[in-house]
Amino acid sequence: MSTATSAQAPAKSGRGTLYRGNEGMWSWVIHRITGVVIFFFLLVHVLDTSLVRVSPEAYNAVLGTYKNPLMAVGEVGLVGAIMFHAFNGLRIILVDFWKGGTKHHKAMLWTVVVLWVITLAAFAIRHLMLAFGGH
Amino acid sequence: MSATADSTIAAPRSGRIDPKYTRDRTKSGNFEMLTWLFMRLSGIVLVVLIFVHLFSNLMVGDGINGLDFGFVAGKWADPFWQFWDLALLWLAMLHGTNGVRTIINDYAERDGVRFWLKMVLYAATTVIIVLGTLVIFTFEPCLTDAAGNLLEASPAFCATP
Repeated sequence: MSTATSAQAPAKSGRGTLYRGNEGMWSWVIHRITGVVIFFFLLVHVLDTSLVRVSPEAYNAVLGTYKNPLMAVGEVGLVGAIMFHAFNGLRIILVDFWKGGTKHHKAMLWTVVVLWVITLAAFAIRHLMLAFGGH
Repeated sequence: MSATADSTIAAPRSGRIDPKYTRDRTKSGNFEMLTWLFMRLSGIVLVVLIFVHLFSNLMVGDGINGLDFGFVAGKWADPFWQFWDLALLWLAMLHGTNGVRTIINDYAERDGVRFWLKMVLYAATTVIIVLGTLVIFTFEPCLTDAAGNLLEASPAFCATP
Protein backbone atom coordinates (compact mmCIF):
# COMPACT_ATOMS: atom_id res chain seq x y z
CA MET A 1 0.00 0.00 0.00
CA SER A 2 1.49 3.31 -0.93
CA THR A 3 0.74 6.40 1.03
CA ALA A 4 0.78 9.98 -0.12
CA THR A 5 4.05 10.49 1.80
CA SER A 6 5.92 7.69 0.09
CA ALA A 7 4.60 8.73 -3.30
CA GLN A 8 5.96 12.26 -2.83
CA ALA A 9 9.42 11.09 -1.74
CA PRO A 10 12.11 10.90 -4.43
CA ALA A 11 11.14 7.87 -6.47
CA LYS A 12 14.25 5.73 -5.94
CA SER A 13 12.44 2.48 -6.58
CA GLY A 14 10.42 3.94 -9.40
CA ARG A 15 7.20 3.08 -7.64
CA GLY A 16 4.71 5.84 -7.27
CA THR A 17 5.75 7.43 -10.53
CA LEU A 18 3.68 7.66 -13.66
CA TYR A 19 6.67 7.07 -15.87
CA ARG A 20 8.98 4.18 -15.11
CA GLY A 21 8.02 0.88 -16.71
CA ASN A 22 5.17 2.44 -18.64
CA GLU A 23 4.65 3.41 -22.29
CA GLY A 24 6.44 6.73 -21.86
CA MET A 25 9.66 5.06 -20.68
CA TRP A 26 9.71 2.34 -23.32
CA SER A 27 9.04 4.70 -26.22
CA TRP A 28 11.91 6.88 -24.88
CA VAL A 29 14.26 3.87 -24.67
CA ILE A 30 13.39 2.67 -28.18
CA HIS A 31 13.69 6.22 -29.55
CA ARG A 32 17.26 6.45 -28.17
CA ILE A 33 18.33 3.02 -29.42
CA THR A 34 16.89 3.52 -32.92
CA GLY A 35 18.45 7.00 -33.04
CA VAL A 36 21.94 5.66 -32.30
CA VAL A 37 21.54 2.80 -34.82
CA ILE A 38 20.44 5.24 -37.55
CA PHE A 39 23.32 7.66 -36.72
CA PHE A 40 26.02 4.98 -37.07
CA PHE A 41 24.49 3.71 -40.32
CA LEU A 42 24.45 7.30 -41.59
CA LEU A 43 28.22 7.61 -41.03
CA VAL A 44 28.79 4.37 -43.00
CA HIS A 45 26.28 5.39 -45.69
CA VAL A 46 28.03 8.72 -46.43
CA LEU A 47 31.37 6.88 -46.61
CA ASP A 48 30.06 4.19 -49.02
CA THR A 49 28.36 6.83 -51.21
CA SER A 50 31.63 8.80 -51.28
CA LEU A 51 33.14 5.93 -53.30
CA VAL A 52 31.43 7.41 -56.40
CA ARG A 53 34.36 9.88 -56.30
CA VAL A 54 36.88 7.01 -56.29
CA SER A 55 35.67 4.95 -59.25
CA PRO A 56 32.46 3.37 -60.58
CA GLU A 57 33.99 -0.07 -59.91
CA ALA A 58 34.73 0.71 -56.25
CA TYR A 59 31.20 2.04 -55.69
CA ASN A 60 29.50 -0.85 -57.48
CA ALA A 61 31.62 -3.41 -55.60
CA VAL A 62 30.65 -2.03 -52.19
CA LEU A 63 27.03 -1.51 -53.19
CA GLY A 64 26.95 -5.13 -54.31
CA THR A 65 27.39 -6.17 -50.69
CA TYR A 66 24.09 -4.41 -49.86
CA LYS A 67 22.30 -6.64 -52.35
CA ASN A 68 22.73 -10.06 -50.75
CA PRO A 69 19.73 -11.60 -48.96
CA LEU A 70 21.27 -11.40 -45.47
CA MET A 71 21.86 -7.66 -45.88
CA ALA A 72 18.32 -7.27 -47.23
CA VAL A 73 17.00 -8.52 -43.90
CA GLY A 74 19.30 -6.03 -42.14
CA GLU A 75 17.97 -3.26 -44.38
CA VAL A 76 14.42 -4.09 -43.30
CA GLY A 77 15.64 -3.75 -39.69
CA LEU A 78 17.27 -0.40 -40.49
CA VAL A 79 14.16 0.94 -42.24
CA GLY A 80 12.10 -0.35 -39.30
CA ALA A 81 14.31 1.70 -36.96
CA ILE A 82 13.92 4.78 -39.18
CA MET A 83 10.12 4.36 -39.40
CA PHE A 84 9.72 4.02 -35.65
CA HIS A 85 12.00 6.99 -34.95
CA ALA A 86 10.10 9.09 -37.50
CA PHE A 87 6.57 8.30 -36.29
CA ASN A 88 7.51 8.44 -32.61
CA GLY A 89 9.37 11.71 -33.23
CA LEU A 90 6.16 13.23 -34.62
CA ARG A 91 4.37 11.95 -31.49
CA ILE A 92 6.96 13.69 -29.28
CA ILE A 93 6.38 16.93 -31.20
CA LEU A 94 2.62 16.59 -30.61
CA VAL A 95 3.18 15.90 -26.90
CA ASP A 96 5.33 19.06 -26.69
CA PHE A 97 3.31 21.45 -28.83
CA TRP A 98 -0.28 20.20 -29.00
CA LYS A 99 -2.60 21.17 -26.16
CA GLY A 100 -4.05 17.64 -25.88
CA GLY A 101 -0.66 15.98 -26.35
CA THR A 102 0.06 14.91 -22.77
CA LYS A 103 -3.48 13.66 -22.29
CA HIS A 104 -3.45 11.48 -25.40
CA HIS A 105 0.22 10.41 -25.43
CA LYS A 106 -0.58 6.73 -24.86
CA ALA A 107 -3.22 6.60 -27.59
CA MET A 108 -0.74 8.35 -29.88
CA LEU A 109 1.92 5.74 -29.07
CA TRP A 110 -0.38 2.92 -30.11
CA THR A 111 -1.18 4.88 -33.27
CA VAL A 112 2.58 5.06 -33.89
CA VAL A 113 2.87 1.29 -33.41
CA VAL A 114 0.00 0.58 -35.84
CA LEU A 115 1.39 2.97 -38.49
CA TRP A 116 4.82 1.44 -38.01
CA VAL A 117 3.57 -2.14 -38.51
CA ILE A 118 1.62 -1.19 -41.66
CA THR A 119 4.40 0.82 -43.35
CA LEU A 120 7.14 -1.63 -42.37
CA ALA A 121 5.11 -4.61 -43.63
CA ALA A 122 4.58 -2.84 -46.97
CA PHE A 123 8.29 -2.01 -47.20
CA ALA A 124 9.42 -5.49 -46.15
CA ILE A 125 7.21 -7.28 -48.70
CA ARG A 126 8.40 -5.11 -51.61
CA HIS A 127 12.08 -4.99 -50.55
CA LEU A 128 12.46 -8.69 -49.75
CA MET A 129 10.71 -9.72 -53.00
CA LEU A 130 13.19 -7.54 -54.92
CA ALA A 131 16.20 -8.72 -52.92
CA PHE A 132 15.30 -12.42 -53.14
CA GLY A 133 14.64 -12.10 -56.87
CA GLY A 134 10.90 -12.67 -56.79
CA HIS A 135 9.82 -9.60 -58.77
CA MET B 1 -3.08 0.61 -4.00
CA SER B 2 -4.69 3.99 -4.23
CA ALA B 3 -4.61 5.48 -7.70
CA THR B 4 -4.52 9.04 -6.43
CA ALA B 5 -1.56 8.39 -4.13
CA ASP B 6 0.30 6.67 -6.98
CA SER B 7 -0.33 9.63 -9.24
CA THR B 8 1.16 12.12 -6.79
CA ILE B 9 4.66 12.87 -7.95
CA ALA B 10 6.99 15.57 -6.78
CA ALA B 11 7.24 18.67 -8.90
CA PRO B 12 10.40 18.66 -10.99
CA ARG B 13 13.24 20.87 -9.85
CA SER B 14 11.73 21.10 -6.34
CA GLY B 15 15.04 21.33 -4.52
CA ARG B 16 16.01 17.65 -4.32
CA ILE B 17 18.09 17.57 -7.48
CA ASP B 18 20.82 14.94 -7.54
CA PRO B 19 24.18 16.79 -7.84
CA LYS B 20 25.01 14.87 -11.01
CA TYR B 21 22.28 16.83 -12.78
CA THR B 22 23.63 20.20 -11.69
CA ARG B 23 27.30 19.56 -12.49
CA ASP B 24 27.40 22.22 -15.20
CA ARG B 25 27.46 25.57 -13.45
CA THR B 26 28.16 27.59 -16.56
CA LYS B 27 25.30 29.46 -18.11
CA SER B 28 24.90 28.47 -21.73
CA GLY B 29 22.18 30.98 -22.51
CA ASN B 30 19.47 29.64 -24.77
CA PHE B 31 21.67 27.00 -26.40
CA GLU B 32 19.90 23.96 -24.95
CA MET B 33 16.48 25.41 -25.74
CA LEU B 34 17.60 26.13 -29.31
CA THR B 35 18.90 22.56 -29.78
CA TRP B 36 15.59 21.26 -28.37
CA LEU B 37 13.72 23.38 -30.93
CA PHE B 38 16.11 22.34 -33.70
CA MET B 39 15.43 18.64 -33.01
CA ARG B 40 11.70 19.18 -33.52
CA LEU B 41 11.93 21.43 -36.59
CA SER B 42 14.60 19.34 -38.33
CA GLY B 43 12.68 16.18 -37.34
CA ILE B 44 9.59 17.25 -39.27
CA VAL B 45 11.66 18.08 -42.37
CA LEU B 46 13.69 14.85 -42.06
CA VAL B 47 10.57 12.68 -42.04
CA VAL B 48 9.68 14.05 -45.50
CA LEU B 49 13.28 13.96 -46.82
CA ILE B 50 13.94 10.38 -45.67
CA PHE B 51 10.60 8.87 -46.69
CA VAL B 52 11.03 10.23 -50.24
CA HIS B 53 14.70 9.12 -50.22
CA LEU B 54 13.76 5.55 -49.26
CA PHE B 55 10.79 5.40 -51.62
CA SER B 56 12.60 6.73 -54.70
CA ASN B 57 15.71 4.58 -54.13
CA LEU B 58 14.29 1.29 -52.83
CA MET B 59 10.59 1.03 -53.71
CA VAL B 60 10.22 2.13 -57.36
CA GLY B 61 11.71 0.48 -60.45
CA ASP B 62 14.12 -2.34 -59.64
CA GLY B 63 14.51 -1.16 -56.05
CA ILE B 64 17.85 -2.11 -54.54
CA ASN B 65 18.82 -4.10 -57.65
CA GLY B 66 18.75 -0.87 -59.67
CA LEU B 67 21.29 0.90 -57.44
CA ASP B 68 24.73 1.38 -58.97
CA PHE B 69 27.10 4.14 -60.11
CA GLY B 70 24.83 4.94 -63.06
CA PHE B 71 21.81 5.37 -60.77
CA VAL B 72 23.64 7.89 -58.57
CA ALA B 73 24.96 9.68 -61.66
CA GLY B 74 21.45 9.94 -63.10
CA LYS B 75 20.08 11.32 -59.86
CA TRP B 76 22.81 13.91 -59.28
CA ALA B 77 22.58 15.12 -62.87
CA ASP B 78 19.50 16.93 -61.51
CA PRO B 79 20.20 19.84 -59.11
CA PHE B 80 16.90 19.02 -57.40
CA TRP B 81 18.27 15.72 -56.07
CA GLN B 82 21.66 17.26 -55.33
CA PHE B 83 20.01 19.72 -52.97
CA TRP B 84 17.62 17.08 -51.64
CA ASP B 85 20.56 14.89 -50.66
CA LEU B 86 22.53 17.91 -49.37
CA ALA B 87 19.64 18.87 -47.07
CA LEU B 88 19.34 15.26 -45.96
CA LEU B 89 23.08 15.07 -45.22
CA TRP B 90 23.26 18.29 -43.20
CA LEU B 91 20.00 17.94 -41.28
CA ALA B 92 20.42 14.23 -40.50
CA MET B 93 24.03 14.70 -39.36
CA LEU B 94 23.23 17.70 -37.15
CA HIS B 95 20.09 16.02 -35.76
CA GLY B 96 22.00 12.78 -35.09
CA THR B 97 25.02 14.56 -33.63
CA ASN B 98 22.84 16.49 -31.20
CA GLY B 99 21.05 13.27 -30.23
CA VAL B 100 24.33 11.46 -29.52
CA ARG B 101 25.59 14.58 -27.67
CA THR B 102 22.54 14.33 -25.41
CA ILE B 103 23.18 10.64 -24.79
CA ILE B 104 26.86 11.28 -23.96
CA ASN B 105 25.83 14.04 -21.53
CA ASP B 106 23.38 11.65 -19.89
CA TYR B 107 25.59 8.61 -19.41
CA ALA B 108 29.24 9.79 -19.29
CA GLU B 109 29.52 11.10 -15.74
CA ARG B 110 33.27 11.76 -15.61
CA ASP B 111 34.13 15.20 -16.98
CA GLY B 112 37.13 14.04 -19.01
CA VAL B 113 35.30 11.10 -20.59
CA ARG B 114 32.36 13.30 -21.47
CA PHE B 115 34.60 15.95 -23.01
CA TRP B 116 36.60 13.56 -25.17
CA LEU B 117 33.61 11.53 -26.34
CA LYS B 118 32.05 14.76 -27.58
CA MET B 119 35.29 15.87 -29.25
CA VAL B 120 35.43 12.55 -31.15
CA LEU B 121 31.75 12.98 -32.07
CA TYR B 122 32.26 16.55 -33.37
CA ALA B 123 35.37 15.51 -35.33
CA ALA B 124 33.46 12.63 -36.99
CA THR B 125 30.52 14.92 -37.76
CA THR B 126 32.76 17.56 -39.36
CA VAL B 127 34.56 14.99 -41.53
CA ILE B 128 31.31 13.37 -42.72
CA ILE B 129 29.52 16.66 -43.49
CA VAL B 130 32.50 18.14 -45.37
CA LEU B 131 33.18 14.88 -47.24
CA GLY B 132 29.54 14.37 -48.19
CA THR B 133 29.11 17.98 -49.36
CA LEU B 134 32.24 17.80 -51.51
CA VAL B 135 31.14 14.48 -53.02
CA ILE B 136 27.72 15.85 -54.01
CA PHE B 137 29.16 18.94 -55.72
CA THR B 138 32.40 17.62 -57.25
CA PHE B 139 30.89 14.41 -58.59
CA GLU B 140 31.77 13.65 -62.23
CA PRO B 141 29.35 11.14 -63.80
CA CYS B 142 31.15 10.58 -67.12
CA LEU B 143 34.63 9.32 -66.31
CA THR B 144 37.15 8.45 -69.05
CA ASP B 145 40.28 6.28 -69.06
CA ALA B 146 43.76 7.46 -70.05
CA ALA B 147 42.89 7.07 -73.75
CA GLY B 148 39.84 9.30 -73.38
CA ASN B 149 37.27 6.52 -73.72
CA LEU B 150 34.25 6.38 -71.44
CA LEU B 151 34.55 3.90 -68.59
CA GLU B 152 32.36 0.84 -68.95
CA ALA B 153 30.33 1.60 -65.81
CA SER B 154 29.37 5.08 -67.06
CA PRO B 155 25.64 5.83 -67.21
CA ALA B 156 23.98 5.67 -70.63
CA PHE B 157 23.48 9.45 -70.97
CA CYS B 158 27.29 10.00 -71.11
CA ALA B 159 27.47 8.40 -74.58
CA THR B 160 25.19 11.00 -76.18
CA PRO B 161 26.97 14.37 -76.22
